[in-house]
Amino acid sequence: MALETIDAAAKRGVLAVQEYVVLSARALGNLFRRPFYRSDIFMQADIIGVGSLPIVIMTGFFLGGVLALQSASTLTQFGATAFTGQLVSFSMIKEIGPVVTALMVSGRNASGMASELGSMIVTEQIDAMRALGTDPLKKLVMPRIVATIVMLFFLVIISDTVGILGGGMVSVVMLGQNGSQYFHTAYQSLEYPDVLQGLVKPIFFGFIISTIGCFYGMKTRGGTQGVGRSTTQAVVVSSVLIIATDFLISRFMIGIFGR
Amino acid sequence: MTPVGASGAATLPESSPAPGSPSEPVVAFENVTVSFGPEPVLEDISFRVEPGETRILLGPAGVGKSVLLKLVNGLLCPDSGRIFVFGKEISAMREADLFELRGAIGTVFQEGALFDSLTVRDNVGYRLLEEHLPDDEITRRVTEALRFVELEETLDKFPSQLSGGMRRRVAIARAIVTNPKLILYDSPTGGLDPITSTTIIELVMKQRDVSRTSSLVVTHRLQDAFMLATHRFSREKNRMVPLPPHQADPHTSFLMLHNRHLVFDGTTAELVNSTDPFIREYLE
Repeated sequence: MALETIDAAAKRGVLAVQEYVVLSARALGNLFRRPFYRSDIFMQADIIGVGSLPIVIMTGFFLGGVLALQSASTLTQFGATAFTGQLVSFSMIKEIGPVVTALMVSGRNASGMASELGSMIVTEQIDAMRALGTDPLKKLVMPRIVATIVMLFFLVIISDTVGILGGGMVSVVMLGQNGSQYFHTAYQSLEYPDVLQGLVKPIFFGFIISTIGCFYGMKTRGGTQGVGRSTTQAVVVSSVLIIATDFLISRFMIGIFGR
Repeated sequence: MTPVGASGAATLPESSPAPGSPSEPVVAFENVTVSFGPEPVLEDISFRVEPGETRILLGPAGVGKSVLLKLVNGLLCPDSGRIFVFGKEISAMREADLFELRGAIGTVFQEGALFDSLTVRDNVGYRLLEEHLPDDEITRRVTEALRFVELEETLDKFPSQLSGGMRRRVAIARAIVTNPKLILYDSPTGGLDPITSTTIIELVMKQRDVSRTSSLVVTHRLQDAFMLATHRFSREKNRMVPLPPHQADPHTSFLMLHNRHLVFDGTTAELVNSTDPFIREYLE
């Protein structure tokens, strides 16, 4: 009995992975097939990118500030407060900027995608779209993937910038440090691999957020309760995958560049 | 339950022309079986819809009528058997090719399935928008389709602002706006009051008698089915009128599903005179 349960669960898991891969591959394959839904991509970019801007700016600013506060209190013990800027910029650009921005966008948009597509599934709107001769993977999924990847890339840059500024403001106004020294160390200690690491991550995270959100939305079953379940699963799975992928990318990049 | 042949109704004759020939049916099912679990939902289903014919699919709730309709436009794939639509075997077609074919099929879903974030104009003109037709032409054709269902004034409204009956009528307008060769109606009157149901059936009849479009109408309401069979749409009076007593529309015939099988395939007269115990019980 227990073995049967494990067997069934394993089969369900493998099937879900297979469905996820097929959905992602077909949606991306649609990038190169007509019709190309340019206006849908712009609309999604506006919803996902511009819509997420306030929360990304707010979280970025306060994260930078709290990083400066925490780093400074530790660095003071070693007489090394001059390195506050370096610590803030390192942490923001390589780790916290991409990961926290991705988690915020995941909470806002993976759930939005799952609930929107899930509602369309349970009210037969997706079937109606297919019956009207439109491929929902092309019309609904592909624009969301492209828009999330592109917009998350820029959102992370904005978050990093605002975070370093936030850290600078806390260092100067609250900790009484020299602003020029803060920004000088923040900038000078950065090297090309650090920036590259920070810019590669959002591409993967954007792909995870959009494909997971769309996947759970498109496989919604069971009415409004099913929509709620899909929404929760989309946020949970995409958040866990973001953190796990972050670890893998960091390990890979450190292996290549040595930092 | 007795299969189709045993009920005395028409089955696919062995010498029937192959799909794709000049007298090809609009829809042809050949021994179609579909299952979602260990038990099949539909088993060994064979029937045809000829050009200009309206076939009414009857059966109790949950018997697989909507599944059968989804098989016709390729939204579901059969486990075995073959399905031909306009002479093309859709059961062997790729999803990408099916999207083109579906352009010639209009579908009215059970609850209308209108896109709730689009206005009535954009819902009805969805296909035309996808084809990037000029705005003026889209508005003209959408208005024409909405005039057919007598809802011209709803052009800029959202589906949530309409009543259930109005939503069904908009769904019919969306299905006919491109003048399809085949229309599939999935319980178009389900959950509606009797007066609104009559209005919807009148529209289905109007489309049948004015445009002679082939159609497959799924319903579990006998009164709707017999109204379609015993009335015709009068252009002069702009409403439906009853046919003379004991007469039925020659282009309207019946299919009945029961317990996974097609248990009846024949005319109105054959249906009312059937001695099949299930059909008698269903009709009475």
